[in-house]
Amino acid sequence: MTNGLTIDAADRARLKAEHAAVLHKPWWQRWALLIGLVVTVPYLGFCYAFFNVGPAFENGKWDRAALYLQDWYSWRAQPRLKFADGKVTATWSSRGQYPRDARIDWLTPHEDGSMTVTFGGTGDRLEVTPNLVVAYVGGTPHEIAIGADTVTAPADAPRAVQQDGSKVIVDYGFAGQAEVRTNQVYVQRRFLGWANFWFDTHSAYWGRNPLEVIQLMFSAERIDPARSNFDTAVKDFLNNGVWQHGDILSKLLQTLVMAFVGTLLATLFAFPLAFIAARNITRSRPVNWVMKRTFDFLRSIDMLIWALFFTRGFGPGPIPGIAAIFFTDAGALGKVYAEALENVDDRQREGVKSVGASPTVVNRFGVVPQVLPVFISQSLYFWESNTRSATVIGAVGAGGIGLKLLEAMGTNSDWDKVAYMVLLILVVVFVFDNLSNALRSRLIGPRGH
Amino acid sequence: MAHIAHDPAGGISDATRTVYGHYRQQIRTRRVYSIIALVVFAIVLALSLNFANAANSGKFFDRLPYLFDFLRSFVPNDPLEIFRAMFDQPSPYADGSMKYDFTSQRMYFTDTLYVPHFIYELMVTVNIAIVSTIIGGGLAFCLCFFAATNLVGAGAVRFVVRRIMEILRAFPEIVIAGLLTAILSIGPIAAIFAVSLHTIGALGKLFFEVVENADMKPDEGLRAVGATWLERVRFGMLPQVLPNFVSYTLLRTEINVRASTIIGAVGGGGIGEAFRLSIGNNHAAKTYAIIILLLVTIIAVDQFSGWLRRRLVGNQAFEFGRGAA
Repeated sequence: MTNGLTIDAADRARLKAEHAAVLHKPWWQRWALLIGLVVTVPYLGFCYAFFNVGPAFENGKWDRAALYLQDWYSWRAQPRLKFADGKVTATWSSRGQYPRDARIDWLTPHEDGSMTVTFGGTGDRLEVTPNLVVAYVGGTPHEIAIGADTVTAPADAPRAVQQDGSKVIVDYGFAGQAEVRTNQVYVQRRFLGWANFWFDTHSAYWGRNPLEVIQLMFSAERIDPARSNFDTAVKDFLNNGVWQHGDILSKLLQTLVMAFVGTLLATLFAFPLAFIAARNITRSRPVNWVMKRTFDFLRSIDMLIWALFFTRGFGPGPIPGIAAIFFTDAGALGKVYAEALENVDDRQREGVKSVGASPTVVNRFGVVPQVLPVFISQSLYFWESNTRSATVIGAVGAGGIGLKLLEAMGTNSDWDKVAYMVLLILVVVFVFDNLSNALRSRLIGPRGH
Repeated sequence: MAHIAHDPAGGISDATRTVYGHYRQQIRTRRVYSIIALVVFAIVLALSLNFANAANSGKFFDRLPYLFDFLRSFVPNDPLEIFRAMFDQPSPYADGSMKYDFTSQRMYFTDTLYVPHFIYELMVTVNIAIVSTIIGGGLAFCLCFFAATNLVGAGAVRFVVRRIMEILRAFPEIVIAGLLTAILSIGPIAAIFAVSLHTIGALGKLFFEVVENADMKPDEGLRAVGATWLERVRFGMLPQVLPNFVSYTLLRTEINVRASTIIGAVGGGGIGEAFRLSIGNNHAAKTYAIIILLLVTIIAVDQFSGWLRRRLVGNQAFEFGRGAA
């Protein structure tokens, strides 16, 4: 760059001699990056072939992926507008989001038996009669004729109105779509948000805005004479048939209990045994060795194995989860504790020993005060991590929110419920992370971790 | 301190007595707090245990005897069966049922050369773990410098990157796996995605903490000669943090082997699924074969990564990162 930075030959030789370690690294260190790349890239290529990544992505149902992701934050009303006796009648499946005979503002029946379905603005709507469907797309009408065994789109139809075999599909983007068939129109109308999240259609609170709900909650006129309105609201919320809040919250609690009890019991179990495993505390090599190998064994058996094993024994529920976390973490904590014990400062022990204390007292006052912060900090780390892994363990059969998640995903249509549970899990994990961080800072000072 | 001296006449002076009284008082307060904390703890534990027992489909003390019954009935016909199941050798007890059918799932390379079923599944699991660690570690490496206060300050970039990492860390893996299985209808890729995303979050956090603890003097030197941000990271930061990065990544590989086993059991394929099926169908020999294979693999991976870390970074590699799962 500048002349001031150039060096002459003598300087160069001197620097070379002084900093030989920097300038003469072994070849494998000097070429580490290149070697790493040469190994990694072919390996990734091999795995690409091994796992059939290319074909899998090609055959992936990507159109469905968009649908599933939309389901996370929006919901679909799916009435079937059936043609019968020259009239159009809307029928809903058992999962319908409206109560019977509800007035729906986007689905208007007319006196003459026809029906209007609006998709957002007035320019986007369907006028449905048993033998003709007029689809308005951006204000322009397109007449879709319904024959005896085929439905035909007009010749000048835009991209949004498409012939698909004997049926015609009208696409309104996010707002929804309609499938015109010979005997019915299958409407999918999409709305932002989660349908009936607070109260289901059986509740007296259904369809009211938040202000009305609060007013009704504290009004003296009872909906159900047996209990106060507030109780009814709580009961209706928890027993919401679609969202199952009560069930989900109790499953979440199970997951938390699994993590908490599992880690706590593992801590209580590993604490005394670590003293046996530590070389400097128990002066018997065979005993140390046996204890350490026990820890290794407990740790090395996967949490999955323990979980499935105890699920067979105790049936699904939190107990196998607790047992799985307990056995794995007893081993892991025992190992970490024993290592912490082997690193203690011996002077404190000697001090206590020199005044004639018994071994128990030596450990209590010479060792425990040194290692307790480390122990607690480690246990809190494990607690945090277990709060997360308890979800997965649950999915294997140990119960809790994991199993609930797996069930919801299995239906492929409850993605809004999955989103709700994910949100709950995220909140809980954040809360517990912060709780454990706060506890750790209080116990061992802010720099202790 | 001069006041706190022994009274030559014997006993202690008033000043000392006051201090001693305060000391006793503090000890007593502390003890009361400890006892309150312990009682609260015990109550929470009792309530939790009670809740867990009530929520379980089988009650603990009712089922405990059956657990041992299950163990007693869950033994293979002879110990060699386990190894026949492991290496896909035909069983003498074969009766056409899946329980003794060890041979039909061999993975043939040529007409005679084959990989035993469980070992193939194990390869799938281990490869999921390694690929995920490479992908997740690579992305975490790129992200971590944007989350470190000493490199980007405390601005919006740091905030956003850290939140992304937190969400990736806490996001339940089974949901990612489940969503992708629904789309790709193939397990291992979904598992790779799920484990990789989690790895980005977990390693990213550890990485940026390492970067924040790095010595800033090389960085200052580079800044003084007008190096760009990229050059400062490359020559000032990277040489310091790389050993710790490698060590954490190896540690993560160990954790990911376990994670990919579990993800496998909920639909990701690999040995986890094989294990869930075999224990669910009461195939004792196959189950024990998988347990032994997994045990050996996990110990081998742990030992190998431990050896490598010690070689690369020295004993320092074992002083940190505990419980950083």
